[in-house]
Amino acid sequence: MLRMIAARLKTTIPSVIGVIIVTFLLTRVLPGDTAAYFAGPAASNEAIAQIRSELGLDQPLPVQFVSYVMALVKGDLGTSLTTGQPVTADLAQRLPASGELTLFGLLLSMAIALPLGVLAAVKQGSWIDHLCRIVATAGVSLPVFFTGLLLVYVFYFILGWAPAPLGRIDVFFSEPPRVTGFVLIDSLIARDLDTFRAAFTQILLPALTLAIFSLAPITRMTRASMLAVLGADFVRTARASGLSGGKVIGTYAFRNAMLPVVTTLGMVFSFLLGANVLVEKVFAWPGVGSYAVEALLASDYAPIQGFVLTMAILYVALNLMIDILYGVIDPRVRLEG
Amino acid sequence: MAITRRTAIAGGLAAPFLMTGRAGAQAPTRNETLLLVQEYGPNSLDMQGIGSSQPVNGVALNCYDRLLRFKPVPIPGGGGNTIAMGELEGELAESWQVASDGMSCTFKLRDAKFHSGRPVTAKDVKWSLDRACTIGGFATTQMNAGSLEKPEQFVVVDDKTFRVDFVRKDKMTLPNLAVTIPFVFDSELAIANSGGDPHAKEYLKNNIAGSGAYKVESWKPGVETIYVRNDAWACGKLPQLRRIIARDIASPSTRRALIERGDADVSYGLPPKDFKDLLDGGKINVVGVPIPNGVWGCYLNTQVGPFKDVRLRQAVAWVMPYEKIKQAALFGRGVSMDGGTTPKVAWPQPFPYSSDVAKAKALVDAAGGPFSTTLYFDAGNATVAEPMAVLMKEALATIGITVEINKVPGANFRTEIAKKTNPMVLNRFAGWLDYPDYYLFWTMHGNNSIFNIAAYQNPALDKLVDAARFAPDKASYDANVVDFIKLVNAEVPMVPINQPTHDVALQKSIGGYQFQPCREPDFRYLTKA
Repeated sequence: MLRMIAARLKTTIPSVIGVIIVTFLLTRVLPGDTAAYFAGPAASNEAIAQIRSELGLDQPLPVQFVSYVMALVKGDLGTSLTTGQPVTADLAQRLPASGELTLFGLLLSMAIALPLGVLAAVKQGSWIDHLCRIVATAGVSLPVFFTGLLLVYVFYFILGWAPAPLGRIDVFFSEPPRVTGFVLIDSLIARDLDTFRAAFTQILLPALTLAIFSLAPITRMTRASMLAVLGADFVRTARASGLSGGKVIGTYAFRNAMLPVVTTLGMVFSFLLGANVLVEKVFAWPGVGSYAVEALLASDYAPIQGFVLTMAILYVALNLMIDILYGVIDPRVRLEG
Repeated sequence: MAITRRTAIAGGLAAPFLMTGRAGAQAPTRNETLLLVQEYGPNSLDMQGIGSSQPVNGVALNCYDRLLRFKPVPIPGGGGNTIAMGELEGELAESWQVASDGMSCTFKLRDAKFHSGRPVTAKDVKWSLDRACTIGGFATTQMNAGSLEKPEQFVVVDDKTFRVDFVRKDKMTLPNLAVTIPFVFDSELAIANSGGDPHAKEYLKNNIAGSGAYKVESWKPGVETIYVRNDAWACGKLPQLRRIIARDIASPSTRRALIERGDADVSYGLPPKDFKDLLDGGKINVVGVPIPNGVWGCYLNTQVGPFKDVRLRQAVAWVMPYEKIKQAALFGRGVSMDGGTTPKVAWPQPFPYSSDVAKAKALVDAAGGPFSTTLYFDAGNATVAEPMAVLMKEALATIGITVEINKVPGANFRTEIAKKTNPMVLNRFAGWLDYPDYYLFWTMHGNNSIFNIAAYQNPALDKLVDAARFAPDKASYDANVVDFIKLVNAEVPMVPINQPTHDVALQKSIGGYQFQPCREPDFRYLTKA
């Protein structure tokens, strides 16, 4: 197992190096002058030149690249000009927020999508199958910011059930001591149920927004792979042997149908992590997505590079985890580096 | 009803919603706390530092003191106070006296203490003003705008007496001491933590070392800034609010929902339409101040392209849909700049043009008939600038000028206007110091600053503007201003369109609103019923 992981990691090294080079070059190719932007409205040309040399932007590209890589080796991703803080500190602060929201959204989505997909496959052509189709189509065709605003409008503005969309936690609660960075878990560790409840109500609407959006790929994939498995010989054999419907579907069919679903889950997760920018904006969620977009608008190189690199590493880690999960779900799957 | 697994799950999911009522009630400090929502917060705590963003002005305003401050004067339409350029009062200065030759000013300092407990001395004032003059970037540019140019001008007379020597007589010197740049640091604390940097940039970027009315309790860049009152503040009436929470909420729709539901006390930076709706709704106070020295203008390139011809520039001024823009782009939140009569000593002021298609068409025909051009604006201003640009395109089409609209992303816009080759640019510029000559110095003077987007070069105008800047008395000042207004009225390197309103939405329970030229909230005067 460890040998397998080591071998897998080795193959990812070239892609990480590629990501470093490409993001460096891409951010430099972007139009816009960082120094001019940060010199502020009334700056003179000398002031701009001064900022440019302070940021090292007057150096030739290869020199800039070498100093970037040297800093990277030391774990220094540079300083964000938009927040004024080191990028590593910003990401460490914001990644758990995005992670918590995305994971919670994904769990919510799975809780709805998996049963729905299985039922749709078992009762193919029934009303539940149509419901599954409608839910999936509607979910994927509503843009996330629209769903988000709609939920805010209905549950906060009109009904007043949900708390104010002010980020991870209500302003009058203080954050629990940081252990995992996930407020829900940290508040439980601190045995602070009030804070847990406050954080839980805050996360519910944004997570629901993400869940609605990610329903489609999960339900459709579950349904399709269940259908394929239900038509297989071993299911017919199991039925013929007189096993109960629940046992056939739950134990035999579902487990075999899980492989493609897990792949989809991995993809949906990494996709949501980067793509929940708009949800983060609507709910003032202090995550990495909105961080990267704001940096992009200001031509602020360091956070963009840091964000892409972090995402690449996360993606690699996620794929590795999924590969390992394959082996757990289906012992026949052999992984070779 | 039996408790089944299904109802149990449903109950569990609904529980947090049912609990929210209680969660809100247990917050004890709500009445002494102000919740402010804004688009984005500060990227530093040091406004003198290079690259500080707009909201850092608010930190400088509330956490630091200056020698002088602008005196509050009532907003003509009600709703709070604004400022008047010439009217100043002491902040750290107990009194001040301009020398009889008019070439220096001596300040007597109050018995004020820094947050660290150390008394504020003239030495601290000198260290801070020296810093602003030598740190480079925006701070130094702003100091120079008021003829505060070199450290030798700042003299420590004794512990409690400080003198500023003038390099020339400049009416902007004293007002420039009241803006958010020349504020006073605890120099000993800053030097002790500077790590060898004479400007202590890194330390002051992340820490407050001031004597101001508020301290920063916590600062999470991009998330929130929490201020707490400095109970020992000596430079004015102790503020009523003990705690201010400023949250960064990027989405304007969310900011509007928060203020309408009553969860936020103050909301900054909504689109004009939302302000109008809130005002019409009547449940929320909207205070609007026409931005002093600020105007939306269409800059026409006088060096390259079709608008070299002054007749075409006048044609644009004649065909500009002033009223439509005011209604459809600004939702009435602004003052139209058309139909001016006699030139006044004021800026901005209406130019003597109004929508008259026949006159405009005649000018275009005289200049050689139809042509095409491109209009640029900053995508960051799109909420207002986009409808404006579309209305202009529509109006210009009627006189044979075909316009293509080019929306430039924020980081790019500056590079674009620095080229000075764009035929038409829509931009809003607002100077902190409310003087006509100051505005023209930036936007039309031959020094060709970045904001002279029209690349206008006219020695006659330069002479008038310079004469006004350093005019010895009011009569010659007024005469020069009226003359250069007449000149730009005829030459129109920039067609003024509308003086926008700076709007803030406040709950009815919030009083004491104070407008500042930096356009950031001043917590020191705010009250909550």
